[in-house]
Amino acid sequence: MLLEIKDLRVRAEDKEILKGLTLSVNAGEVHAIMGPNGSGKSTLARALSGHPGYEVTGGSVTYKGQDLLAMDPEVRAAEGVFMAFQYPVEIAGINNSYFLRAALNAIRKHRGEEELDAMEFVQLAQAKARQLEMDPAMLKRSVNEGFSGGEKKRNEIFQMAVLEPQLAILDETDSGLDIDALRIVSAGVNSLRSKDRAMLVVTHYQRLLNYIVPDFVHVLTDGRIVRSGGKELALELEEKGYGWIESGLAGARA
Amino acid sequence: MATVAERQSTFTAAFDALRRDAAFAADPARNAREAAFARVTDRGFPSTRDEEWRFTSVAPIVQGGFAPAARPAAIDRAAADGLAIPGATQLLLVNGQLQGTPALPAGVSLRHGDIPAVPSVATVFADLNTVFHPHAVILEIAPRAVVDAVLHIIHVAVSADGPTMASPRLVINAGEQSQATVIETYADLGTRPAFTNAVTQVNVGGGAILHHVKIERGQASAFHLASTFAHVERAGTFDSRALTFGGRIVRNDIVATLDGEGATCTLDGLYVGTGETLIDTHTTIDHAKAHCPSHEVYKGILGGRARAVFNGKIIVRQDAQKTDAKQTNKALLLTDDAQINTKPQLEIFADDVKCTHGAAIGQLDEDAMFYMRARGIDVDAARNMLIHAFAGQVLDGIQSDAVRDLAVRLMEEKLNLAHQV
Repeated sequence: MLLEIKDLRVRAEDKEILKGLTLSVNAGEVHAIMGPNGSGKSTLARALSGHPGYEVTGGSVTYKGQDLLAMDPEVRAAEGVFMAFQYPVEIAGINNSYFLRAALNAIRKHRGEEELDAMEFVQLAQAKARQLEMDPAMLKRSVNEGFSGGEKKRNEIFQMAVLEPQLAILDETDSGLDIDALRIVSAGVNSLRSKDRAMLVVTHYQRLLNYIVPDFVHVLTDGRIVRSGGKELALELEEKGYGWIESGLAGARA
Repeated sequence: MATVAERQSTFTAAFDALRRDAAFAADPARNAREAAFARVTDRGFPSTRDEEWRFTSVAPIVQGGFAPAARPAAIDRAAADGLAIPGATQLLLVNGQLQGTPALPAGVSLRHGDIPAVPSVATVFADLNTVFHPHAVILEIAPRAVVDAVLHIIHVAVSADGPTMASPRLVINAGEQSQATVIETYADLGTRPAFTNAVTQVNVGGGAILHHVKIERGQASAFHLASTFAHVERAGTFDSRALTFGGRIVRNDIVATLDGEGATCTLDGLYVGTGETLIDTHTTIDHAKAHCPSHEVYKGILGGRARAVFNGKIIVRQDAQKTDAKQTNKALLLTDDAQINTKPQLEIFADDVKCTHGAAIGQLDEDAMFYMRARGIDVDAARNMLIHAFAGQVLDGIQSDAVRDLAVRLMEEKLNLAHQV
């Protein structure tokens, strides 16, 4: 098993958001995490990536047999965890190429691999950019600075293609994308699907899952997974709305 | 006032000695020195009750017993050579005194002679420089000369026999339609604190372009007060970068007067303070004529218990219609004890102008830090990259690679950053 989350409890800003979340993910699988606003979807993504604003108060996360929660964010990245940000950060004065080479070399160094020089990196990056139908000119721009919403999300997927993670977490990658951008981003994600790589796709809307078809769908409400199923669960949710799950829960509890 | 007189006693005694010197009668600057001394006596030294010196006490300087440099002073030649910039034409001044006869590129000459008076807005320390500077160094760029080689003036201050005040005076005359780059490095050598009290006067002729970089790299004990006055004529360009890397008290007063239509100036600066350093920057851009753009970006990086002051004044005179002035001042505080006081000051007397200013003070962007860490870059490397990026917005504009590389290296040394290529 690649990732095993057990009874995870997470606080943010003095509020408990995740209240005992359990989830297992194998290599090669794509899991969709769906849920209404405030259910804890993004909290899960951020806690897994080691965001300092999210405090784990209970439970465990085992990744490749190791305690993920004991690792600093950069170590998680080096070990193959990648989160595509919901709101990618703009960094003035650092160009994409320099930033991404620093990231790739840090990860390669961690793995005991040779670092890439500027030329080798540019060749790799340009090949990946072509594969994702991106304009290589963006490599020379400052990280996300002045990028449109769609460009930022594509840049996230581009980074993912270069860094080749084992566990990719997509935090609301579809938010703010028009249908064309959604198609391009999804095609990029699909091209990165492999038997060695697992993906956790966090989304509010079923729409994204038309393009990135998951193996499993989990519904998160109030900090817990309340329902899991195959891809058809997403369609059912789309049709009936989250209220259906919530009222079902209310019924089950009664 | 007794206290003022007392504080000035070192300087008074020194000026009396200068007057008694047989050579004084023949000094062409004699009258200017007498007049300047009268002004110094009349004005006294500022206290923190003066608005322009509110956050900067000069007491350690004026009470430090610094005496005007006795000439000549011996210096560690190898250390001075270490200040050179590769590929540049170097001119070495020790305690304000030009050493040797440097070979100059075509279109550039040196002379002694009359120097312009400092403008009325000058601080009392500029007057003090007029009293005590050795012969001013006047650098002439011939009209229409395009000088490719970087001209590097190395100012070294050294306290040899006792606390010493160096008073270097540099005049740069950029002739019409000339183009040149002048770098000034200020450093002090030796183990005793030195006080540099510098004045640089720049005249940018019509259509001329002058790139000016002032690099201050004093030791932690150094005092450095410097005034730069630039007068820019019609369609001339004054492109200035003030780079400050330390000392105990450093104060830069930079005044640029745009005195012809289409004259333009860029006043950019980077100051890096650590330890107990105080770095005070006062800039004035005086838009005297119409259709003049000015750009100003100052960046500060402060660690330890360093303090900084930034005061950016922009004056737009009544005739200066269509002025376009932009000012930005940003400071990065790396520690809780670092501090900055910043104030923009706009005085606008024309009605059809564009003036914008902004100030931002903050710590390293936590969101950016996390974003970088989430991609595998560790905390130190992320911090390093963000600081370089912050400074880069000022340093990247330096045209000479050698000068830019030097500036990056000085910043890295000051902040103990890994070298970034």
